[in-house]
Amino acid sequence: MKEIYLDYAATTPVDERVLQEMMDYFTKIYGNPSSFHNKGMEAKNAVDNARDRIAKILNCSSKEVIFTSGGTESINFALKGIAFANKERGNHIITSRIEHHATLNVCRYLEKKGFEITYLDVDKDGIINPIDVEKSITDKTILISIMYANNEIGVIEPIEEIGKIARRKGIYFHTDACQAAGFLELDVNKLGVDLLNLNGSKIYGPKGIGLLYIKRGVEIEPFVHGGGQEFGIRSGTENVPSIIGLAKALELTHEEMQKNNLKLINLRDFFIKKLLKIPKSRLNGHHEKRLPNNVNISFLDVEGEAMLLHLNEKGIYASTGSACASQSLETSHVLRAIGLPYEASHGSLRFTLGNKTTISDIENVLSILPNIIETLRNISPLNLNMEHYK
Amino acid sequence: MKKMKKENEMETHSDVKAKVDSQKWFYTDIVKDHFFNPKNFLSEKKANSYKADGVGLVGSPACGDMMKVWIKVNKEQDKIVAMKWSTFGCASAIASTSMLSMMVNENGGMKIDDALKIKPQDIVKRLGDLPTRKFHCSVLGDKALRAAINDYFRKSNQINRMIIEGSRLIDKETGVTDKDIEEAVLEGADTLEKIQQKLKVGVSNKVCIPEVEQLIRFYKEKYFG
Repeated sequence: MKEIYLDYAATTPVDERVLQEMMDYFTKIYGNPSSFHNKGMEAKNAVDNARDRIAKILNCSSKEVIFTSGGTESINFALKGIAFANKERGNHIITSRIEHHATLNVCRYLEKKGFEITYLDVDKDGIINPIDVEKSITDKTILISIMYANNEIGVIEPIEEIGKIARRKGIYFHTDACQAAGFLELDVNKLGVDLLNLNGSKIYGPKGIGLLYIKRGVEIEPFVHGGGQEFGIRSGTENVPSIIGLAKALELTHEEMQKNNLKLINLRDFFIKKLLKIPKSRLNGHHEKRLPNNVNISFLDVEGEAMLLHLNEKGIYASTGSACASQSLETSHVLRAIGLPYEASHGSLRFTLGNKTTISDIENVLSILPNIIETLRNISPLNLNMEHYK
Repeated sequence: MKKMKKENEMETHSDVKAKVDSQKWFYTDIVKDHFFNPKNFLSEKKANSYKADGVGLVGSPACGDMMKVWIKVNKEQDKIVAMKWSTFGCASAIASTSMLSMMVNENGGMKIDDALKIKPQDIVKRLGDLPTRKFHCSVLGDKALRAAINDYFRKSNQINRMIIEGSRLIDKETGVTDKDIEEAVLEGADTLEKIQQKLKVGVSNKVCIPEVEQLIRFYKEKYFG
């Protein structure tokens, strides 16, 4: 059975070219970058070089790029680091209701430590209104943290506009770019961000590696204390092969971005158009302000986990916002935030396309999914009125 | 020693305690078989022409699980001779209702008194197990069956036999029932933390927590939209 992987937003396979570039750093250039000998120097040079290459893409200085273990760590670093280093100035942080759990759960933690968090609403398409950001600012606000693009419904947030507000008000601005990386421009000056994080596992790089851009002059607490690596704020022996892999992956996705985006947008729009022909279906999230690879659709009267299991049986791998498929048995907080009723969230499916996705993959899914939905609707006692879910 | 004690104190005040609750995403072959090849279901299209002696419906679309059960009864023998069902929900909801129908229909049917005694545990046992977190929320077939039997009792003038589902014990250690949780939600306890502050439910008997959370969501949705 041919497998059709449509869960690239969960993680991507490692690009062969990335893997190739990494290989030497496991067995040949294996030194510790902190060591005072040639073996160490080799490794240090490789890390420095990777940092330079990344800085070029982010349009920042190499010293502003800090390697971490991934997206979650970077977000923890950014939020806790800013909060604890600036608590004399204020205790208020602005974020949104649709952030990744990494952000939301750090915020909940910070609330317990005496910080006040504003969780901004989004509109029915999932977009944050910059005016709401501005209105929420108080003289105690020390940080704004808004994701660049959402992992579930793929909507792209107005980061540049929020960046301008943050600059004007002199408030630190962090964006989680894990999903945006590889699809959207990452020029930190243009975006107007003080902190930005991304990771390898979403851009055809290795897992367990990420970075946090921290603009020079930003006051932040060190996150991992130890031997003083990463400019003394994130200690621990550098993960050299993965750092090399991250740099290569970022370069490749950046170089091929325009070409890939064009292809993906065509596939995505074809897929969405066909899926919406299935009765009682709706697209979740803004139609245009959306990552080129994201499709998130609800089908009424059926439940997501059941659909996933049927798809899985056919070798098709997707994801759902249904409570039944989550560890916590909670429906997706993102779908709730766009005002989708519970029963429609249970019936949501997310397909995220990638650079190996072909039109025949999509056609394959389209030849199978309607039957699955039909089968499940046939044994479902529900018959919801579509008018209420448009 | 003094320092040690201080560290212990810190531990009890830590934000998050280490939890060991990693659960596997896993269905047995029997569950999968009933999911992919459900038995005895009745589609809504055919339901109108199906002459049932009793019909029961439980759950809600918002909760993610809803089940309907139809029964045909042989009055002389006081026996369910056919049970049909339909289900909106996840794989375990569909499989468990399918399994229930097999249990009721096998050997030519089931005495009503026996059918009334079926518990979720009996269904799960026949399925060969379910992931723990799926247990409480998705196995509702027995309740739908009891609702159908009640409907039959009502229609056949056996009002005295009707069993009004009273409160259901959720946590055997604290004696907390679903009604207690419903009331607590109405009083504004809308998170597990707040419910636990009020009722201590699931504080030591953690097995019931998924069900408590499910009930909190259910009643929140019911009363506060």
